[in-house]
Amino acid sequence: MNTWIAIGVTALGCYAVKLAGLLVPAGALEKPLVRRLAALLPVALLAALTAQQTFADGTALVLDARAAGLGAAAVALVLRAPFLLVVAAAVVVTAGVRAMGG
Amino acid sequence: MTSAGSGLTLLQTCALSLLVFTGASQFALVGALAAGGNPFTAAAGAFFLGVRNAFYGLRLSQLLALPRAVRPLAAQWVIDETAAVALAQPTRRTVRIGFTVTGLSLYVLWNLTTLLGALGAEAIGDTDAWGLDAAGPAVFLALLAPMLKTSTERAVAGLAVVLGLGLLPVLPAGVPVLVAALAAPAVLWAEGRRRGGTARKEER
Repeated sequence: MNTWIAIGVTALGCYAVKLAGLLVPAGALEKPLVRRLAALLPVALLAALTAQQTFADGTALVLDARAAGLGAAAVALVLRAPFLLVVAAAVVVTAGVRAMGG
Repeated sequence: MTSAGSGLTLLQTCALSLLVFTGASQFALVGALAAGGNPFTAAAGAFFLGVRNAFYGLRLSQLLALPRAVRPLAAQWVIDETAAVALAQPTRRTVRIGFTVTGLSLYVLWNLTTLLGALGAEAIGDTDAWGLDAAGPAVFLALLAPMLKTSTERAVAGLAVVLGLGLLPVLPAGVPVLVAALAAPAVLWAEGRRRGGTARKEER
């Protein structure tokens, strides 16, 4: 029963914040500063998420095969490789490093 | 998936994916419940991880320009991946297509894999061994790269990485990412000071 309460509360809360962002009136977003900020927020969030998913293990920071994979993805991006190739490079290099180093 | 191993039933696991549909929050909730946390603490942690979706919504509502009636439906799909794909599109038409296609395919795939994962958690084996855990950050990086057009965006991204990683060991899950979002106003403020109020470069 407790689990169902947790699922219900989480579902409602997560849905509410998703909707809140979409419902902010368009008028409030006309100001140049607000528009600039709204454009920069996803940059900050994506950068932080990329870093955390690469270097985090729970709440500890680690340097493992994922870093090599992300490096490969970065190289592929610089070489202007197509999207799927970038992701494939990260997956293959990560698996390769893991297979070699354990 | 993970939740099947944490004492959740098949029905609970699937309900979580269908109703919450924010991967990070789901994992946080399952982890907290498995660790014996009470339902409200567990839900609070999951909620913090979900707050960033509101920021995506802010940006997406300008680009999608959805009719009011459609917004409650679209809201469920406002997540990292749909926001990243939609924001990378050049026109409103492609933004809408990108958001819908990503939302629909992720929603179907996410819930299908949840069901399959819960049914046969052990059958698939260790996905980490195949390097699949690197696919997530690689996708984010590929979507982030075209956004880094000027030094402002690069400064925001750099500061966000430092904040996101630096605070990770000290703050509860989900909070470091929110603090990292402060990189955006911080850099804008610093930029405004440096220019001494001269005309700001308009984007789009």
